[in-house]
Amino acid sequence: MSMSGFARYDQSVLARWWWTVDRWTLAAFGTLMVIGVVLIAAGGPAVAVRTGLPANHFLIRHLALLGPSVMIMIGLSMLPLRGVRVASLTVLGIFLPLLALTLVMGSEAKGASRWIYIAGLSVQPSEFVKPAFAVLLAFLLTRVKRRAEPISLLIAFGLWLLIVALLMLQPDLGQTVLTSAICFGELFLAGLPLVLVFGFAVMGCVGLFGAYLILPHVASRIDRFLNPEVGDTYQIDRSLQAFANGGLTGTGPGQGIIKHMLPDAHADFIFAVAGEELGLIVCLIIVAIFAFIILRGLLRVLGDSNLFVLLASAGLVLQFGLQALINMGSALHLMPTKGMTLPYLSYGGSSLLALGVTTGLLLALTRRRNELGDDL
Amino acid sequence: MTFFNPTSPLSTRKASVPGAGGLSVRILLSRLALWLAGGVIDARRPEHANAVMEQSRGRAVMVGFMMLVAFSIVAVRLVDVMLLRTPDQTADEADVSAPAVADASASPVVPAPAAWRADITDRNGGILATTISCPSMYADPVAISDPVGTTNRLMQVLPSLDYSTTLARLTAKGRMVWVERHLTPTQRQTIHDLGLPGIDFRDEPCRLYPTGNLASHIVGYTNIDQVGQAGLEKQFDKFLNDGQPVELSLDMRLQHILRRELQANVEQYSAVGGSGIVMDIYTGELLAMVSLPDFDPNERHDPNDEALFNRNTLGRYELGSVFKIFNTALALESGKVKLSDTFDTAGPVRIGRFTIHDFHPVNYWMNVPEIFEKSSNIGSLRMVQVVGRDLQQRFLGRLGMTRPATLELPELANVTAPPRWGEVESWTISYGHGIAVTPLHLVAGVSAMVNGGTLVTPTLLKQTSAVPVGQRIIAQKTSDTVRRLMRLVVTGGAGLADAPGYLVGGKTGTAEKATAGGYAHKALISSFIGAFPITKPRYVVFVMLDEPQGNKSSYGYATGGWVAAPVVSRLVAQMGPLYGLPPESEDDPAVRAALALSVPPTNADTGAHGPQPHQLLPAPDNPDGAQGGATLVSF
Repeated sequence: MSMSGFARYDQSVLARWWWTVDRWTLAAFGTLMVIGVVLIAAGGPAVAVRTGLPANHFLIRHLALLGPSVMIMIGLSMLPLRGVRVASLTVLGIFLPLLALTLVMGSEAKGASRWIYIAGLSVQPSEFVKPAFAVLLAFLLTRVKRRAEPISLLIAFGLWLLIVALLMLQPDLGQTVLTSAICFGELFLAGLPLVLVFGFAVMGCVGLFGAYLILPHVASRIDRFLNPEVGDTYQIDRSLQAFANGGLTGTGPGQGIIKHMLPDAHADFIFAVAGEELGLIVCLIIVAIFAFIILRGLLRVLGDSNLFVLLASAGLVLQFGLQALINMGSALHLMPTKGMTLPYLSYGGSSLLALGVTTGLLLALTRRRNELGDDL
Repeated sequence: MTFFNPTSPLSTRKASVPGAGGLSVRILLSRLALWLAGGVIDARRPEHANAVMEQSRGRAVMVGFMMLVAFSIVAVRLVDVMLLRTPDQTADEADVSAPAVADASASPVVPAPAAWRADITDRNGGILATTISCPSMYADPVAISDPVGTTNRLMQVLPSLDYSTTLARLTAKGRMVWVERHLTPTQRQTIHDLGLPGIDFRDEPCRLYPTGNLASHIVGYTNIDQVGQAGLEKQFDKFLNDGQPVELSLDMRLQHILRRELQANVEQYSAVGGSGIVMDIYTGELLAMVSLPDFDPNERHDPNDEALFNRNTLGRYELGSVFKIFNTALALESGKVKLSDTFDTAGPVRIGRFTIHDFHPVNYWMNVPEIFEKSSNIGSLRMVQVVGRDLQQRFLGRLGMTRPATLELPELANVTAPPRWGEVESWTISYGHGIAVTPLHLVAGVSAMVNGGTLVTPTLLKQTSAVPVGQRIIAQKTSDTVRRLMRLVVTGGAGLADAPGYLVGGKTGTAEKATAGGYAHKALISSFIGAFPITKPRYVVFVMLDEPQGNKSSYGYATGGWVAAPVVSRLVAQMGPLYGLPPESEDDPAVRAALALSVPPTNADTGAHGPQPHQLLPAPDNPDGAQGGATLVSF
């Protein structure tokens, strides 16, 4: 680790951070960022030109936001556990009201108002709410377990209900499902009785079916997934074509053809661009990197005796992993298409900053620490 | 489970909850909350805290395992979509109505040059048709994001493209759609420089006719996929595709001379078309054969285009007086008519609704050379009256005038012979009416008349071995006489056929075109068939103009002697030196001997001289009758 420039005995903040942070996960994030830049350089111009923007519009904005995102990640990853909680509470305190504001003054896109403009940046508050909620939920659950504080669970439940309600009003079923899945996952890890595990699972299915009945755009997407002959399957056709066109080694960066036809080639279908241009081998590597981040995140906290660390890490890891799975599954026609970005690979604008929050908090939690007295 | 097992280490410790035992709503809610959380940690027992952590760790491992399974499914699906299924399957799943995504495999594969369609050359190896490699432009519609813009850019380079057709091709299904085939290298480069995505090129063999219009009706053409559609390209399609070159009897140089001279007169006399043939009378090789108007086989043509019509093999014409060559040969060969026999040519002759008369009625007795030279219709029919129509029918039949010509072309017409060879038909056929044949028929027949009397089969292929002597039609002596008579026509009136230094013999023909119910007076078929060198003929030359209009240069005449004979003259003048033929002069005694015609003198002025054995019909009355339904005769 001489490249780090930090000696083991160095007690500076940076050196301490370097020696305690999960450098493998950090490297995995870095790799994803690099692949993401390549893919946005490839997929972005096609979309930009189609929508009348300068060819490198998405790439430039992505690069411009990647720096702040990395700074947020590193900054948050230096926080102690208490700092993690404070930061989460702060983020939630800022973005939960903004989430509510989208209902009033959000900009509508594709049938839903999920975005709000702040200082020239279009921000999707739900992206920031998710990691903050994951951490605070872990905090509240730990309070319940350690202090037998039923009120914390009620607060947690209320928080979840509020977020889900706001998300469903946008409407944003994908984020609703994701937030609920994080919530369910943390409850499960905290020791939710198995009866309730199954009960909630059934309730989740009922909820989805209800969404299918109530929300027309959800119904249309599910119908098209189950029955491709009916209706327009243009996106998924192009996506599968792109994958097939890539083959084992891909057409080479920038050489893709189908990507020009692919709506959202820079965001929701960036994985198809990866498939076409970089080929199967790189796609499998990308999948492996995501799996590595998830598994390593979970394994690393297994040795930690702090329940809060375990729950919060698992919640963040679930958020990160499920988001990747949903995006990849959509692009590969394993599930109905769901508008969700692939972390670090998709162009996401402000969501890149939210990603910095997620990964920063995760790195802070998985840092090797010698903290006693983290009493909750 | 924990709820029902209070002894479990994870069970809710009732004792630790303040106010336990009370059944207030608040306590119930607290119980429910703690139950939901899986119980609380008993702070007094560290091992309990560890047990709680162990349970969470166990569940974390389960979560990790489930995530691993999910990512594995994604990985398997990736391999499935990207490697294990063909693009077709992907397309089928994604879009059932879509045909195969990639039909690039079905696109024509450029064969190795060895297997390319072979050349067609003239008798000296000059290339008339060959195969070269041409860039063809195709589109990968999948790669074209802006079909309209691409179409517009392409049309700037190739203005001949049709907008909607091109746009349809650029948006078609499939991965390889031809946009425009057989471009020039310059066009290819220009389009390449546009840098249009999804537009690419593939070299493929294409047929090139370097001589253009020169021999278009003979060589024919192929379609864009190199399948012969007409002419030799069609006739020898398989042969050529097997890589076997075809060497023609044609002489490109002669073809060019004939075409140029014929074209000049077609234009000069505003004819709707023309035809010309030069044939070797011993081998049957066609050295030149032109039909005007013609076409450029390099370009695509409407199959109904009139220019595609080969007059020489498809055009059936009542050729008129040139048939008197056959009639005279028949009369002499039959032995029933001698050269010195005289016939009453007074006209007109009426039979049924027909009135037959001569163009220059002289109304006196003429011998055979006079009838031939003056081209007397009445004299001709008097001769065939002596010979008999059965003999005439058999004679013309043996000459091939009653069946389709044979030639290595798919475009061959049958003749139009009278269904009933009656007396009237016999008479009109004697001067070339009532029977319609192709120029090729005529050339083959006249060749037999001047080559010593044997029939030759016309051919377009170069003959390398000795040609077998064909069927004898007339005796050598008769052929010799016919040859001298043909010279007589040129010296006697059709002098325009003569060329300086070369002696030509021949016969003119000027026929009114048959129309429904009669003959069109102003629509002529004017022709000249010549043989040369007439002292010892080797070639027959035929020139015909379709509907020529007389003008000042021809003193208003549009007859064969005026409009067709000069073409023969100019052709011979160029062909003689080209073929190294020695010039001849009529002052040469040997030449004079070869052309001398020994006929007992007759007194044409009185018509009273000589024997009169052939008065078969009563002397016709009304000598200056109207020209109804009759035939013009050239002089």
